Amino acid sequence: MDTAALMIRNLNLSYQDGLIVDDVTLGLKPQELGCLLGPSGCGKSTLLRAIAGFQELDSGEIWLDNELLSTERRRIPPEDRGVGMVFQDIALFPHLTVGDNIAFGLTGWSDTSQRKRIAELLDLIGLIGLGRRYPHELSGGQQQRVALARAMAPKPKLLLLDEPFSGLDTELRGRLASEVRTILKSDGICSLLVTHDQREAFDFADRIAVMHEGHICQFDTPFNLYHEPTDPFVAHFVGAGEMIDATIEGPRSVSSPLGVLTNDEDLEFPINSDVQIFLRPDDLIHDDDSTYQATLVGKHFRGAHHLYEVKLDNGVILGCLAPSHHNHAIGEMIGVSLDIEHLVVFPK
Amino acid sequence: MAITSSHQPVRWPFNLPNKLLFTTVIAALCVALPILVVISFVITGASDAWSHLFDTLLGRYALNSLMLSVLVAIGVVMLGVPTAWIISFYRFKGRGILSWLLLLPMAYPAYILAYTYTGVLDFSGPVLTFLRDVGAPHWLMSPLLNIRSLPGAALMLSLVLYPYVYLLARAAFMEQSANLMEAAYTLGQGRWRVLTRIVIPMARPAIAAGILLAVMETLADFGTVQFFGVQTFTTGIVRTYYGFGDLVGAAQLSTLLLGCVFFLVVFEKASRSKVRYYSDRLRKLNQTSVVLTGWRQTTAQILCVLPVCFGFLLPTGILSFWAFFFAELQSMWSLIVSSFFLAGFASVFIVMVALVICYANRLYPAQWLNHTTTFVGLGYALPGVVVAIGVLIPFGAVDRFISGVLAPFGIAPSLWLSGTLVALVFAYLVRFLAVATGNLTSGLSRIRPSIDQSGRLLGLNQFGVISKLHVPLIRGSVFTAVLVCFVDILKELPATLILRPFDFNTLAVKAYELAGDERLIDASVPSILIVLVGLVPVVWLNRSVTQE
Repeated sequence: MDTAALMIRNLNLSYQDGLIVDDVTLGLKPQELGCLLGPSGCGKSTLLRAIAGFQELDSGEIWLDNELLSTERRRIPPEDRGVGMVFQDIALFPHLTVGDNIAFGLTGWSDTSQRKRIAELLDLIGLIGLGRRYPHELSGGQQQRVALARAMAPKPKLLLLDEPFSGLDTELRGRLASEVRTILKSDGICSLLVTHDQREAFDFADRIAVMHEGHICQFDTPFNLYHEPTDPFVAHFVGAGEMIDATIEGPRSVSSPLGVLTNDEDLEFPINSDVQIFLRPDDLIHDDDSTYQATLVGKHFRGAHHLYEVKLDNGVILGCLAPSHHNHAIGEMIGVSLDIEHLVVFPK
Repeated sequence: MAITSSHQPVRWPFNLPNKLLFTTVIAALCVALPILVVISFVITGASDAWSHLFDTLLGRYALNSLMLSVLVAIGVVMLGVPTAWIISFYRFKGRGILSWLLLLPMAYPAYILAYTYTGVLDFSGPVLTFLRDVGAPHWLMSPLLNIRSLPGAALMLSLVLYPYVYLLARAAFMEQSANLMEAAYTLGQGRWRVLTRIVIPMARPAIAAGILLAVMETLADFGTVQFFGVQTFTTGIVRTYYGFGDLVGAAQLSTLLLGCVFFLVVFEKASRSKVRYYSDRLRKLNQTSVVLTGWRQTTAQILCVLPVCFGFLLPTGILSFWAFFFAELQSMWSLIVSSFFLAGFASVFIVMVALVICYANRLYPAQWLNHTTTFVGLGYALPGVVVAIGVLIPFGAVDRFISGVLAPFGIAPSLWLSGTLVALVFAYLVRFLAVATGNLTSGLSRIRPSIDQSGRLLGLNQFGVISKLHVPLIRGSVFTAVLVCFVDILKELPATLILRPFDFNTLAVKAYELAGDERLIDASVPSILIVLVGLVPVVWLNRSVTQE
């Protein structure tokens, strides 16, 4: 972690009514796009405010490019941190034009270099020629991109994004998250996004820290969060799925109500111990030839496929993906089988 | 001094946060002072005049105040609700202009309306002369002759106070979602039942808030009831003070009035809190309004024109006519200068204090500070008479103290504070601080915290945030706050009357004095000036309402 751009060590934050962030340690590499993902109230926004310098620390340290920004005793003021921020409510200055908004943080720059930077950023965000407009003359998505350009303009060492897409409609949200990722990657700026929307997080981040009740449960790539969650909360929060009871049979095999399952590597549990395995809807597939039958209790047509809910003999209900044209009626017994290489196993 | 200080490191001259909090607390104490002083006299026991008051006059004051309040409540509902209803739900010729003409009577202090109608309806005046000439029956002439009565005062007050109800009811009607009404229609409800079961009940908290504001103003009114010879709490207080020279009795009467006002404030706050639920982002009702034609259109127009006509157009025409053709203008210039100077100075001072309070609230969102600011807001509900008495008592005590200290030095006793503009400006501060904080808070609340934080992250310190972001963004609300305070001060009669320095006159006081001397025509000049200046914020207010 020596090369870390942002380094947070053993951070504790609280308001009057209790601890909000509990012993968080987190590092971002230079040029990395990170994300804090979690349900509302998990402490992610408070953590972001602490990095920006708006929040007092109970204990811990925040470092940026080997400079100590915050401790419980000392706090470098927000304006001297070299940290940029994009806000949920956009927060463009309504009395300034787009160009003046972008130039706002460029104090000490010459007129020509300011103009050059504005043009460069307007180009980057795809709003060339709109520099003289006022914020209210732009659409929501355009305003958010201007807010991004304004935060990027002084070339901050770190860019923070506090749920910047949540005020926009769903379609725009996904598109803008990828767009912003491209813009930030091309600029090579280290960034940290806060969101409660996992699709947004997947579209944006290199690595995602899943937060729950003030803790970071897992900090990993989107792929690993989905396929190898190390924490039951992460398993449930990222994507859908259910736990079923099982027993360890061998070094790599587990016996479950759905038969004996084999893992692609050795499991770290003693033989005969009771465990739970986590199954996603795409782990359980509908297969008319399967010997294992389950009752269809719910179905959701998704166009490209059906998402079935099937009830096992022991009463557990699991999600199951079925091809789009396999149309069964509720109450029918259908064949299901597991299509799984890597097992997600938790102690019971 | 200059040499030594130049060696000192340059530092901000004061610790900003503490100064802000300090000023806020001082302002709260200022507002609390008159209230506490007035209330403290309840405990000190009865004055000599009090038992006499209690036996003979108190019942009359209470009964008259109550009857006046009830009549005004009925009056403002009859004038305000139907007009709001018509403007909100129907389209007809002249609707646009009528919707804001209906606000104009707000520019009138009730006492000026009283002087004007008294002048017009004089026994030898044009109206009654005409009626006698055409042989009008006695039953028609008698109520016109008796305008100087309790029902007459209620009429005057209703004519200038109904815009409160109109404004709040109109906003409530327009806020209601069309979906709710349409849902009721699809459930098989007729127009009348939708009106009585959905629209009116949902607007009821807003209408109630409007009535309570009107009744509060009614209880605070002094000019109208005094001129019409209706004995209420306010006239009672002034009479006890001037007539019997009994400050204690006046304070005790003030406490009773304060108690009534306190209950009204509580009710008003309660009904306001319900108003909030009804605003949502759904499709607004006024988009579905019905187009009126023929006799229906004429009826709607007449119903809306009547209050405007009697509350504004007619009296303004009469006042202008008198002022232009008959009144003597000689002495008016000095009057205008002194009034405007006083109102200008006081309103700027009040807004400066309000700015400090609003900033303290913004920078320190603490609970106790919030309560303090709410408390400061109560000043506006205090009748001017009560404020005056509450200021007079402590300032008089300070005067006596100063005179006592100075006496050994051979300096004659004098009214060091209570007889000066200091007392008057202080009273204005107590009474109108809430007007300024209200305007500024709404302006500042539009600057979200993220704007401040963006500024900080882009390199500004706290002062930079204020000078580069807040100042340009709240310039408008500061201007509005000064304007509204200015007009309120210009209209304020009882506090000015009681606290003004000897020989110092304002437009309001001059109008009162001239009217009191039955020189109604001469009173028209200061009156029309007050009304014209008063129009500015009304028009301004309507513009901001329609823009939102």
